[in-house]
Amino acid sequence: MGVIAAGEAAPDFTLRDQDGEEVSLSDYRGRRVLFVFYPFDFSSVCSDQLTVYQEVKPELEEKGVELVGISVDHIHAHKAFREKLGIDTTLLADFEPKGAVAKAYGSYFEPAGMANRTLVLVDADGRVEWSYESPSPGEAPGANLIFDALA
Amino acid sequence: MPDLTSASVPPVGADDHARGEGETVIVYADLACPHCAAAWPEIAARPATTVFRHFPLAARRPRSPALHAAAEAAGLQGRFFEMVDSLYADRGRVDDPHLWERVELLGLDLERFEADRRSPEVAARIRRDFDSAVRAGVIATPAIFT
Repeated sequence: MGVIAAGEAAPDFTLRDQDGEEVSLSDYRGRRVLFVFYPFDFSSVCSDQLTVYQEVKPELEEKGVELVGISVDHIHAHKAFREKLGIDTTLLADFEPKGAVAKAYGSYFEPAGMANRTLVLVDADGRVEWSYESPSPGEAPGANLIFDALA
Repeated sequence: MPDLTSASVPPVGADDHARGEGETVIVYADLACPHCAAAWPEIAARPATTVFRHFPLAARRPRSPALHAAAEAAGLQGRFFEMVDSLYADRGRVDDPHLWERVELLGLDLERFEADRRSPEVAARIRRDFDSAVRAGVIATPAIFT
């Protein structure tokens, strides 16, 4: 099964962020949010991807889009990863039950036990507006693809 | 607000930073990136026209914007690549006093360098390169286009 398609209702969830605060999909109702599913904190490609996205976060926010990362890592790993990268992007821990949200969004890669590298843009009404799955987990989508989707 | 939708890497223009002769190699690099520093001697030694474009990742490498501005300011006095070579060759010495030492070694006008590296024109010039890299889908440095 591939990543959830545009037009589908985004499955609700509640996860904890890097500070241990609970975050639910419904918290974003009335706003657009881009979920960045990625394999692992501290891996090189994920580091590059989140670093570049951080640089264009102001432009995304100008378009009314909030940026949120999701991986199967624990909140403590997320906190350290954010500090290492110098980013302030919210990172959600899809840790227990492992990968449950990634699975609900068609973004789980069973053979490696990790979130697949996908992007899911959810509109203000909680519906998937756009989604993208990388040709391979080792390939990070450029930020240009996000702006193409928003254009 | 910049347009960050997909676009090809812009062709080499008159105000690009280019050095050497032969086939054109466009390099998007971060002056505080260790991978770029490691790759730079090999890139610079190629028998090619090397075009350097700015791709500073400020959050991850807080000193990046200052180093790119320093290179751009040196470029305004005709010493762009000399500053780039120097920054990559000695990554441990990149604070302001170290930049001033480089300015003296390269025979640049320090007062002008200090004004230029803080100017909005220099910031805009760097941002122009950065945006073109984003539009081309660059996600890691160095990113090389031939």
